[in-house]
Amino acid sequence: MATSAPGANRPLSPHLQVYRMLFTMLMSIVHRITGAALYFGTLLMVIWLLAAASGPDAYNAVTDLYGSFLGRLVLFGFTWALMHHMLGGIRHFIWDTGRGLDKVGRNFLARATLIGSVSLTLLLWIIGYAVR
Amino acid sequence: MANMRTPLSRVRGLGSAKEGTDHFWRQRVTALANVPLILFFIVMVIGLQGASHAEFVSVMGSPLAAILMLLVIISGTIHMRLGMQVIIEDYIHNELTKILALLGNTFFAIIIAAASIYAILKMSFGG
Repeated sequence: MATSAPGANRPLSPHLQVYRMLFTMLMSIVHRITGAALYFGTLLMVIWLLAAASGPDAYNAVTDLYGSFLGRLVLFGFTWALMHHMLGGIRHFIWDTGRGLDKVGRNFLARATLIGSVSLTLLLWIIGYAVR
Repeated sequence: MANMRTPLSRVRGLGSAKEGTDHFWRQRVTALANVPLILFFIVMVIGLQGASHAEFVSVMGSPLAAILMLLVIISGTIHMRLGMQVIIEDYIHNELTKILALLGNTFFAIIIAAASIYAILKMSFGG
């Protein structure tokens, strides 16, 4: 009979800290982090909608807060997280078809995700300020 | 090793968790839906910046914007609940903590959805 408790001192599969950081690995981690950030970022949407639904005073208070420098900074980050997570998801759809899994393909897709998300974020904010 | 699974179990393809590919499939369906929905959401947010309260309510309460916003909320909260479930299952190994976190995840997603839907409907129906 085994003397050790279940799960005690068993060999574990290697995790993040034993691997050299690769760009594709970083983009995978960032995909998860942006997903988690967007999860809590939905609170910003709920507060915005509830304020608008409850009346002009609450609505003005929230739009003032979101329009402040700090508010804009958070919304800029929110925009980037959305764009990055969306492009990362499209990358996963491409992988789902069996394409882009080789070294050249996956590195290209990882770069395209980052460059695309930064470009789209800047573009959206330029449009946002232009139409104000 | 002999296959211990019954032919029925193999045909059902539901596996030990009895969910089969349900999680994966829902995750992908909502992911696909989210692409156009989130693009709509962003365009709408950009269009609504600086709007007065009356303007905001009339836009958000219009049938097209309200229906699309409801879709954004429903698809988004289902997708985020599935995603957070995976994160919890990956990193939390204590059984009690994990179950509590999974429950909290479900409650959070549903509260976000319910509150957002309430706000949209209130603006739509002029409450």
